[in-house]
Amino acid sequence: MARLTLPCDEATVRKLKVGDFVELTGRMITGRDAAHHWLMHGFREEVAPYMKNSVIYHVGPVVKKHEDGTYSFVAAGPTTSAREEPFQADVIGRYGLRGVIGKGGMFAKTLAGLKEHGAVYLHAVGGTAQVLAACVKKVETVFQLKEFGVPEALWVIDVEDFPVVVTMDSHGGSLHAEVESASRKKLEELLGLGA
Amino acid sequence: MAGPEQWTEHFVNVIARASSQLPPDVVDALRRGRDAEAPDSLAQKALDSVLRNIEVAKGNWQPICQDTGTPLVWIHHPVGMSTRMLTAAFEEAVRRATAKQVLRPNAVDTLTDRNTGNGAAPGIPTVHCEEWDSGDVEVHLMLKGGGCENVGAQYTLPNPKLKADRDLEGVKRCILDAIHQAQGKGCAPGIIGACFGGDRGSGFLESKRQLLRPLPDRNPVGELDAMEQEILEKANQLGIGPMGFGGKTTVLGVKVGYLGRLPASYFVSVSYMCWANRRCTARIQPSGEVTWLD
Ligand code: SF4
Repeated sequence: MARLTLPCDEATVRKLKVGDFVELTGRMITGRDAAHHWLMHGFREEVAPYMKNSVIYHVGPVVKKHEDGTYSFVAAGPTTSAREEPFQADVIGRYGLRGVIGKGGMFAKTLAGLKEHGAVYLHAVGGTAQVLAACVKKVETVFQLKEFGVPEALWVIDVEDFPVVVTMDSHGGSLHAEVESASRKKLEELLGLGA
Repeated sequence: MAGPEQWTEHFVNVIARASSQLPPDVVDALRRGRDAEAPDSLAQKALDSVLRNIEVAKGNWQPICQDTGTPLVWIHHPVGMSTRMLTAAFEEAVRRATAKQVLRPNAVDTLTDRNTGNGAAPGIPTVHCEEWDSGDVEVHLMLKGGGCENVGAQYTLPNPKLKADRDLEGVKRCILDAIHQAQGKGCAPGIIGACFGGDRGSGFLESKRQLLRPLPDRNPVGELDAMEQEILEKANQLGIGPMGFGGKTTVLGVKVGYLGRLPASYFVSVSYMCWANRRCTARIQPSGEVTWLD
């Protein structure tokens, strides 16, 4: 099992291959629909340093605010990444991201972006909100909380041993495409379809 | 008989239980799936995470998944009980559970595109009341996640591409195709509820009602039981696996029902339920005593 410390450099990420199980430790940022729109319209100086050489996590967390004003993550499983497909490759390029965490995988444009910029798609286990929230050790800061609300805000978090699987790598490999085509073949065989 | 306030309290308890305590038959099926996967495979690791998550949620009475889903409820009630009262009490229970953070604020008003903040919106929750002969009330609740709802599918027969005619073989082909289309995107391993016949609306509703059946429940109709077993076996040969990582555990169960149809239509409606199959059944006696059936 590989460990990956964030932030990380391009060479490290280029070594990752489809099917690798990786545990992430370090600082990352969260962002889903509203965040990706916002990141695309202009260059957001204030969050850029947190994104450079790190990863963005597609999640709408449940967050608890403590009396001293600090926050902690209560539930934080991945959300479907496909919705960010139109923006993801550009966000990766513009902010120098090394990866994206989500679920369900992404498509051709993102795959090309991963290859071009040296980044990976990391699949977390959908629905494991409790296990993944427990990996979030600290909430460092948050951006656009008032504007976007808790689930859509950009949370900067410190994680420890956050488990993910590389399902799209920086060499054009995609586990989603592999499984889709192998299972399609099997379906055609079972149903007597196909050429 | 209890008043609206007591019903709301009962319903809040049902919601809290559904959201945090996965039914034992689902946990068993996930365990068996885990043991069947190759040691140290991605599939096994994914199922280990899932099983750990289920334990943590259970112990802390925390939501299993942060998408606490759409509440769909079927309430069987004695003759003469007001369905308007029960519906209002359930809607209030959803708002209260949301305020107590048992549910996430999970309802968007589609016209204004704003989250209503209280878990309710036009059509959410959906409440179905059915009168029955017993003096008890029985509540069947399902919390249906968005990711898995998105991969549901509806077919019209015949379907030449699938070589699916208007017969049980055709129905089976559609269901297998839907499982393939879904890949891991509905948080596989999933549970399939399907209905053939009906109109577009009633077909989907019946497919969801099928999801209330516990996994070991066998279909009383011989042909349908055979179909359920065959689809289950074939689906798990597709190799999609947990989360679509590849593996043997793609589907945990298949439940198929049917409805009448017009001569002109033949629909096959398929609903996909994620591994976080949050269903809960409670039987409530007139005394207020609750028996948990799930
Ligand atoms: S589909 Fe996945 S993310 Fe959605 S409710 Fe189910 S387990 Fe949670």
